[in-house]
Amino acid sequence: MRDPAATLDPSPTAPKLPDSVQETCNVLIVGVGGQGVIMVSKVLALLAQSQGFEVKQSEVHGMAKRGGSVFSHVRFGKRVWSPTIPKGDVDILVALEWAEGLRWLPYLKRGKGTFICDTKRIVPPFACLNRQPGAAMRYSKETPADVVAHVGDTYAIDATNMAEQLGNERAANVVLLGALSTALQFPTVDWERTVSEFVPKKTIQINREAFRRGRRWIEEARTSVPAIDMPAPPAPAAAPHRISLEIIPEWCKSCDICVKMCPERCLRLDDDRIVELSEPEKCTGCRLCEWLCPDFAIRVHLDAPEALAG
Amino acid sequence: MSETVQAAAPTATQANVVRPLTGNEAIARGAWEAGVKVAAAYPGTPSTEILETIAEFPAEHLHAQWSTNEKVALDVAIGASFAGRRALAAMKHVGLNVAADAFMSQTYIGVNGGLVLAVCDDPGIHSSQNEQDTRIYGSLATVPVLEPSDAQEALDFTRLAFDLSEQFDTPVIVRSTTRLSHTRSPVMVGERNEPPQRPFIEKPSKNVMIPAYARPRHGAVLEREARLKAYFAESDINRWEDDSGDTSFGVITAGTCYPYVREVLPDANVLKLGASWPLPDDLLRRYCESVDRIFVVEELEPVIEKEVRALGFAVEGKCFFPRAGELSPEVVRAGFEKAGVLEAQPRESNWTPEPLVRPPVLCAGCPHTSSFMAVRASGARVAGDIGCYTLACLDPLRGMDTTVSMGSSIGNAVGMAKAGETKPVVATIGDSTFLHAGIPQLINAVYNEANIAVLLLDNHITAMTGGQQHPGTGKNIREDAAPSIDYEALVRACGVKWVRKVDSYDLAAVHQNLRDAINYRGVAVLIADRPCVLDPVKIKGPTFEVVGEQCNACQACMNLGCPAITWSDQTFEGRHKVQIDPGLCIGCTLCAQVCTVDCIKTTAPVTQ
Repeated sequence: MRDPAATLDPSPTAPKLPDSVQETCNVLIVGVGGQGVIMVSKVLALLAQSQGFEVKQSEVHGMAKRGGSVFSHVRFGKRVWSPTIPKGDVDILVALEWAEGLRWLPYLKRGKGTFICDTKRIVPPFACLNRQPGAAMRYSKETPADVVAHVGDTYAIDATNMAEQLGNERAANVVLLGALSTALQFPTVDWERTVSEFVPKKTIQINREAFRRGRRWIEEARTSVPAIDMPAPPAPAAAPHRISLEIIPEWCKSCDICVKMCPERCLRLDDDRIVELSEPEKCTGCRLCEWLCPDFAIRVHLDAPEALAG
Repeated sequence: MSETVQAAAPTATQANVVRPLTGNEAIARGAWEAGVKVAAAYPGTPSTEILETIAEFPAEHLHAQWSTNEKVALDVAIGASFAGRRALAAMKHVGLNVAADAFMSQTYIGVNGGLVLAVCDDPGIHSSQNEQDTRIYGSLATVPVLEPSDAQEALDFTRLAFDLSEQFDTPVIVRSTTRLSHTRSPVMVGERNEPPQRPFIEKPSKNVMIPAYARPRHGAVLEREARLKAYFAESDINRWEDDSGDTSFGVITAGTCYPYVREVLPDANVLKLGASWPLPDDLLRRYCESVDRIFVVEELEPVIEKEVRALGFAVEGKCFFPRAGELSPEVVRAGFEKAGVLEAQPRESNWTPEPLVRPPVLCAGCPHTSSFMAVRASGARVAGDIGCYTLACLDPLRGMDTTVSMGSSIGNAVGMAKAGETKPVVATIGDSTFLHAGIPQLINAVYNEANIAVLLLDNHITAMTGGQQHPGTGKNIREDAAPSIDYEALVRACGVKWVRKVDSYDLAAVHQNLRDAINYRGVAVLIADRPCVLDPVKIKGPTFEVVGEQCNACQACMNLGCPAITWSDQTFEGRHKVQIDPGLCIGCTLCAQVCTVDCIKTTAPVTQ
């Protein structure tokens, strides 16, 4: 059977492989700790080296492993100086997570760079801290359409979903490697061989399929712009309420469970060791105190905006 | 797949091939080729992989060890040097502070077998508490500091460092930075050449630093510095690159700054120094006289700049290149633009999406989470320490008031309590950090009858640096069985009367026992016990899920800061309900324990 991936030509806008001393090809791979950013960059670095280029691959780990932002610079050419890519010099930006891709877009070569990004969203706990009623999640608002409007050669690819369909969500980075392979003129067999060296033996087959799907997706994307199904982050809920606490002092037995568990730290015991709302502006009306109070001494009132208007 | 396996690479000991190595791997390889016999370190980013790589070489070639701290590691290396063997101690920049006591004496004593310190700085503070410049230790101790600029030089300079150490009777520092340590580039590797053991030097006037012996050794050190300056003036580790013939300006640089300079000024007239201490006066004079304008490009402190200025030359450096933070091609370019050497590049405003704040967080199921939930609820003043758990200072846990340096928590807590802090005082310290520098602190707390609670966070590994063994794990650096420390016995032996152990995943028990520890008058030690979820084995249990209809969006589970829990699209009273990512959840049960309406359920089939 004919290998559909083998016949694919590189994109007309893809950077040429460097063929002189002055030229260096710059690939920046970014994502979230634990996604496999370093593996992608190691595959590319080893492959570029096997094709006779000098390669520098630079990464920062340590704290990054703990779910933080991770990036790896891969540069190759006849002679490579700086291990990091200067801002604005990235030929290809490969992102394993949507907001991380957006974060590094300013590093892309203006008007010339290629952007390959998984539409996967990893929402950090930090984005979900505002408990005020109606507060929005603090996640990037830009959609693939916004990016296409500003960055010419953009591929927003649902790699995680494709990998899930193959039965292993963690192969998403190899789907992206397949997409990346269409932007660089290395032989497909060398790509697949190098990928196989970096994945556990029992997953070689699944990763090979993931790689081919990534390549095929780009091929289809070039002939017809795919519909990108990427729903916006959850919209803000209802408009703000007016919040008030009704405390029944006679029922409070000073156990201070509510004081200790209040997420906003806006409760305290007064001089008589009865609970009081010390910082009303911080209270979000989450009702945690109401639900935790063993003596039913606290009730939270949320007056709807309509009632406020009336 | 993110679990990478070792690629089909040449065997560890194969020589005369070009291999892609990180700076750290190259330093390790260089030490092995130089015939190092004993290598010791305490893990610390960005230096950790040096000893990890050395431990991959055969045990019959060398002894490698994780030591309990950097001073111990250096003392072990010094011992091997006394015994006439080549020895290496590796550490991060702040590790040298811990080892500095031994280091400052050893510079007087000198060496028998070659003694090299591989010290990795962290400009930009990617994973540290400061960005101090190790080169200043070179001038403080009058010890040579070699500065490789890429992985090939990391290997070559490490080999050279052992030769220089023996030739000049001095410890030698090989200084790396994060960027070199963690950049992979091609390296031609060589053979191992193990010099024969030297006889022990039975000479107390050299090896015992009593005042009468130390005074003449100081003179010897100064005389050694003069010989080193003469050596570096002629050494080919410096490169005078003036192929362009341009004498309008010259750039003096060293280490990882050199490739940045070449990136932005490929044809400039450059003096690349291989050693940043001691500096060769003659060479610098000749170079400065050959050019009209002199720039020094160096990361962090103006070490070279000050020396060149002291020679009487008008040198420009820190006025264009910042003293704080990591250099990069962009920063170096901006400096040369400001200096008028490069044309300013047009920086048209581009479309820039607002970046998402994504700080590192404790992992899903991290056993430290419950400890800091309890610490926060206790209302105590909390002296923290160094490790993953330092992240608990951030929202939503916000359970830490101070963090200074390795082991500081207990001493800080004693000081707070003695100074009359009105809140109860708690010190939180990890297992590896406790063994590193916490034990004398605990003995001090008992001896001085402090009223503090110590929460010993035992996750059975050195987690922050990627899961290294330590004396409490029962394994050594080569993963062979090793004696294991019994914390309860150790703490009791330090004189602590109140010691309890609690399961970190039993939130109520952690709360109750911490409350008891705080109420105890005197030093109380509570050991929170659960292995790290990442190392040595990745833990994955039956995951939990949220029954969406029941969730009342109280956000109690969100207060764990667990990365597996996020907001769902559903709301209750205007607040987001929650959902659990089954890919990240490891089944620690904490969220189910805090849920106010019992809507977080296990997906595991319930069996009777």
